[in-house]
Amino acid sequence: MTAMLQRPSAPVPAQKRPVTPARIALHVFLILTCLMTLAPLLWAVYASLRTYDDTSVNGYFSVAKSLTFENFAKAWEIGDLPHFYWNTFLITIPALIITLLLSSMVAFGVSRFSFKFNLILLMIFTAGNLLPQQVVVTPLWRLYRMIEVPEWISASGSLIDSQLGVILIHIAFQSGFCTFVLSNYMKTIPYELTEAARVDGASVFRQYWQLTLPLCRPVLAALATLEFTWIYNDFLWALVLIQDGDKMPVTSALQNLKGTFFTDNNLIAAGSLLVALPTLVVFFVLQRQFVGGLTLGSTKG
Amino acid sequence: MTALQEKPKAVAPSGPPPRRRGKRATALAGTDKLVLGLMLGIPTIVHVLFVWIPTLGSIGLSFSRWNGIGGFEDIEWIGVDNYVEIFTEYPRFWPAVQHNLIWLAFLLIVPTCAGLLLAVLLDRELKFSRIYQSALYMPMVLSLALIGFIWQLIYTPDGGLLNSLLGLSDKPVDWIGDSDINLYAVLVAAAWRHTGYIMLLYLAGLKSVDPALKEAAALDGASSVQTFFRVTFPVMKPVNIVVAVVTVIEALRAFDIVYVINKGRNGLELLSVLVTDNIIGEASRIGRGSAVAVILLTISLGVIIPYLYQTFSKENRS
Repeated sequence: MTAMLQRPSAPVPAQKRPVTPARIALHVFLILTCLMTLAPLLWAVYASLRTYDDTSVNGYFSVAKSLTFENFAKAWEIGDLPHFYWNTFLITIPALIITLLLSSMVAFGVSRFSFKFNLILLMIFTAGNLLPQQVVVTPLWRLYRMIEVPEWISASGSLIDSQLGVILIHIAFQSGFCTFVLSNYMKTIPYELTEAARVDGASVFRQYWQLTLPLCRPVLAALATLEFTWIYNDFLWALVLIQDGDKMPVTSALQNLKGTFFTDNNLIAAGSLLVALPTLVVFFVLQRQFVGGLTLGSTKG
Repeated sequence: MTALQEKPKAVAPSGPPPRRRGKRATALAGTDKLVLGLMLGIPTIVHVLFVWIPTLGSIGLSFSRWNGIGGFEDIEWIGVDNYVEIFTEYPRFWPAVQHNLIWLAFLLIVPTCAGLLLAVLLDRELKFSRIYQSALYMPMVLSLALIGFIWQLIYTPDGGLLNSLLGLSDKPVDWIGDSDINLYAVLVAAAWRHTGYIMLLYLAGLKSVDPALKEAAALDGASSVQTFFRVTFPVMKPVNIVVAVVTVIEALRAFDIVYVINKGRNGLELLSVLVTDNIIGEASRIGRGSAVAVILLTISLGVIIPYLYQTFSKENRS
């Protein structure tokens, strides 16, 4: 990130176009805006690299005496981050895969066959994805306490306080967005393709699995990228549906870290950055997919 | 939305598939019928069971008094009493409504204008355009909970960045603790994240505008500013609707950031906090919490229904 910033300090003139003052002003404006956008994160990086002794004496707004990775190591250990990363992994990966699987099935059904209820079905999914979570959360919380599951899935004996419960609501909620995007995409695949397969005697499942899904690879990649960050970033569902602090995913566990780190802001900064790291990596590596996914369908808070 | 969609490159542009009215499920073999039924049925059941049934549950429970712990026989039906109480007595309700409205207005004005401006500036042949875009999109991948943490480093009264930059270190302003200003401090952080998203939407919208339209306007002697406001902006109506829907929903959902900062108290009350307080906070009044949820639902349907209408009415016609 910092490496990217250093480059555009002086706009290099475009080869064909003459450098006009307007162009330079534009670049200066954009560089300043980008710097302002990155500033909060860079500030957190700076704070996280300094020691508590340094900042408590000199304040945060000062030149650092020394820079160290100590805070990261400390946050990693005190915050028990590996444990919480693992919790997040246990929730995010199954939720992501099953969401894409179920949504692509519905999208396949409504885009390849003309049932009378297609439109209603799509509207149910699309509207469901736009609801504020708080509309759902209270009865869901009660519903989860009623649904009994075996002990080996959840020590509480019900869906509450179990990772399975959080996975289920992610699947239910996120499938709205994915179904909408995937069905729009599948409608652009020529109808004749599946029809030809049908004439050749391919089963419905083969038309879906071997014909349609491979054609949807780009949009599936985009959705997987987006859904990864959204599910990873979830705060509310886990906060409400998991009471045992030990089972929290890493984003919701930030709340616990705050207590653990009392007022050591340098440590909080390091902890926050460590939690942000996976999504930042995904963003910088898979930015095309991320942006493409948001452009394809664009309703998500 | 559909207007925003880029045509997949691998597929020959053949337009929407022709509707074959004759090809109904009746033409399918028995196994295929079953498979298709499961493929459509299972996801729908999951979605309806965990999203729509609870939504109906909120409506039902809003007419009840219940602590949510006991069985259903403990539910006491009290009609619209919860709503009456919320509107007349509940001290946190009107501040929350006001904060949500400010939240909405702020998001509709600041990130929308900034995002549109940046999109217009970046929608041209420009060196480093990708780098600029990366930097501006970056806040989008951070969770609002995390943003709450990161921005506290800026707002904190002891040695925070903002007070130091403004030269207020001697008598520091408590940006987060002062209930008169903390809402705006938080909104700046929320807008920081929202701007990139709006910019992305408008950038995609601008790319989908037919260049011939702009050329025609230029030939007629329109200045670039005129062209933008009279031609480009109106043509982007679908994008504007998406931006409006996204922003309203975002404003209604706002929760994580205030919860992380101070659990939504002392100037940061929001409707979403009033709902969740009944399950994880000290108050345990399921009926009242559900009534607040229904109010949220009503407002959100005010944008969801027009949005569905505009998205799917087109589809019906084609």
